[in-house]
Amino acid sequence: MCAEPLALLTGVHFMDGNSAVCEGAIAAGCRFAAGYPITPSTEIMERFASRVPRLGGICIQMEDECASIMACIGAVWGGAKAFTATSGPGFSLMMESIGYAAMTETPLVVVNVQRAGPSTGLPTMPAQADMLQARWGSHGDYRVIALCPNSPQECFDLAIKAFNLAETWRVPVLIMMDEVVAHMSERVVIPTLSEIAVVQRRYTQVRPGEYQPYRPAARGVPEMAPVGKGFFMHVTGLTHDAKGYPAMDPETQDALVRRFTAKIDSNADDIIVYEEEEIADAEVVVVAYGITSRAAAAAVEEARALGIPAGLLRLVTAWPFPEKKVRELSGRVKALIMVELNLGQMFLEMDRCAKGGAQSIFLGHAGGSIHRPEAILMAIQKAAQL
Amino acid sequence: MNSHPSDSYLRTDRLPHLWCPGCGIGATMNSFVEAVKLSGISRKSLAVVSGIGCSGRVAGYLKADSFHTTHGRAIPFATGLALANPGLRVAVYSGEGDLVAIGGNHLLHAARRNVNIMVVCINNFTYGMTGGQLAPTTPIGSITATTPYGSTEMPCNLVNLAASAGAVFVARWTVFHVRQLACTMAEALVRRGFSFIEVLSPCPTLHLQRNNLGHGETEMRYFKEYSRVANNTSPVEAGLDRRDRKIIVGTFVKRERAVFFDSPDSVTLVRKKKVKA
Repeated sequence: MCAEPLALLTGVHFMDGNSAVCEGAIAAGCRFAAGYPITPSTEIMERFASRVPRLGGICIQMEDECASIMACIGAVWGGAKAFTATSGPGFSLMMESIGYAAMTETPLVVVNVQRAGPSTGLPTMPAQADMLQARWGSHGDYRVIALCPNSPQECFDLAIKAFNLAETWRVPVLIMMDEVVAHMSERVVIPTLSEIAVVQRRYTQVRPGEYQPYRPAARGVPEMAPVGKGFFMHVTGLTHDAKGYPAMDPETQDALVRRFTAKIDSNADDIIVYEEEEIADAEVVVVAYGITSRAAAAAVEEARALGIPAGLLRLVTAWPFPEKKVRELSGRVKALIMVELNLGQMFLEMDRCAKGGAQSIFLGHAGGSIHRPEAILMAIQKAAQL
Repeated sequence: MNSHPSDSYLRTDRLPHLWCPGCGIGATMNSFVEAVKLSGISRKSLAVVSGIGCSGRVAGYLKADSFHTTHGRAIPFATGLALANPGLRVAVYSGEGDLVAIGGNHLLHAARRNVNIMVVCINNFTYGMTGGQLAPTTPIGSITATTPYGSTEMPCNLVNLAASAGAVFVARWTVFHVRQLACTMAEALVRRGFSFIEVLSPCPTLHLQRNNLGHGETEMRYFKEYSRVANNTSPVEAGLDRRDRKIIVGTFVKRERAVFFDSPDSVTLVRKKKVKA
């Protein structure tokens, strides 16, 4: 018996995705969460509320999603690693503050367990229809990183990665789950402490009088300073100069926003993760992410058994999008098939990157159920005959 | 340029400020600086959080760790900041439109939870930054940019709102009462729990001019002549109505109750669970 529960539940578990993403956050050193109940993500906050008080952490239920994400941003500036979890309607309410986190370069993690929309939609059923909202939802130009786990194990692994990416690049990192990944239970292996790489908050070595909170440092990312230590930093959602002071001119605006985009765009190769199956000699490549990638993998396997040269490109990172990879594939395969639970969102990005090389084909529906492998197989067979 | 005793508490490299001549926000900021000195709290431990609007610019002029957040969300930001870093003294400084209209829900719940933050709410009866629109405190009949035929809405009694939601320290002053305001702010700075200070301030450019109420100085004379100090007045009785020619000022609520996440009860609950585990 262990009276003091451990932060890291090293061992083999049978766990759902919502529990696993919560355990991943804890493993990454997150000890603060603020959230608002919403199906199908609620269990994440519930588990965190039960786990972290005994680890010296805080989990609070706020009055709405606007408050939840802003309390997390406040906690990050207070020195904590923080995250919130929500679903479609709550994600919509959080958009303003995702922009604030982008503008203030707050290392923040947001989990969105996608359900079918728009509006209240199908609260208990899956979709992948918030993918463009994740990328473009807040006003203005900015960048986020979005990750798409396809299993409870990956919910755990990518939660740690999300916090590491947030600390490294100082952007909002979105974990774009779906209802099925959230609620399916599978084997989840939680490694030992020494096997988990955690990026801790790095604070500036510059002395308070000389410190400038938004002076670009290595790879375009400014250094943070600890609050309460005499740095007297100013943080604002207004366009600001290196001192963090409001600067209302087009030159500062352009330089600032170009830096937000450049720090992700020019480091995209280091950020993007994808998996390839049977790609080398493939003529038809299925592109998928999240739960859909599992049906796609089954379909590709069946196609191979039928002698069709099919392959799978699985997006782990949806944003930034693996533009180079898709362009390269487009130059050598017959067709790219995007399979997703929406009416064509990441398809638009794939089609843009394919630039008329391979045929780009869309296979999707508006959510509520996941794809059957047979439907994907039929699309592969049809594409192979092009 | 000659220096001012408050200079070391201000970002002097950002002056002059953007407030109009006759606006009272700068005067309240001076009282706040006096309050910080009076309170004896360490400069380093002070964090100021503002929302959006004229009063939301205060954070940008104070030499402290300062956060200029989004419209209405200063209180939830401050909640996270104070909980994550209990060594900080977190003050929210914003206007009535920000804190009570778009941020009203957060005000209610932070007061109810008794979050350990101090809130200074500058009430100038209008939305100044956007051009003088209807605010939750705009007096009935007032001409604003969005009520060109006069407002028909009942204005909100802010001190009653904060008190009934559970704030443990509630006060009101006007910008005429700079010394009393400084003392009250100092008291709030050293108290624990959710404190709320309303400060009436003139908006000469928009609210006063549009309603033929004169200019900044006229309003200061109005504050001087018609304010009545009445500590411990029930906040319900402290509504503002220009037709009454009466502004009740002072400290209305002083009480103690468990502070959010200080509560011995919540600690006990966790301990009990630990034993079970």
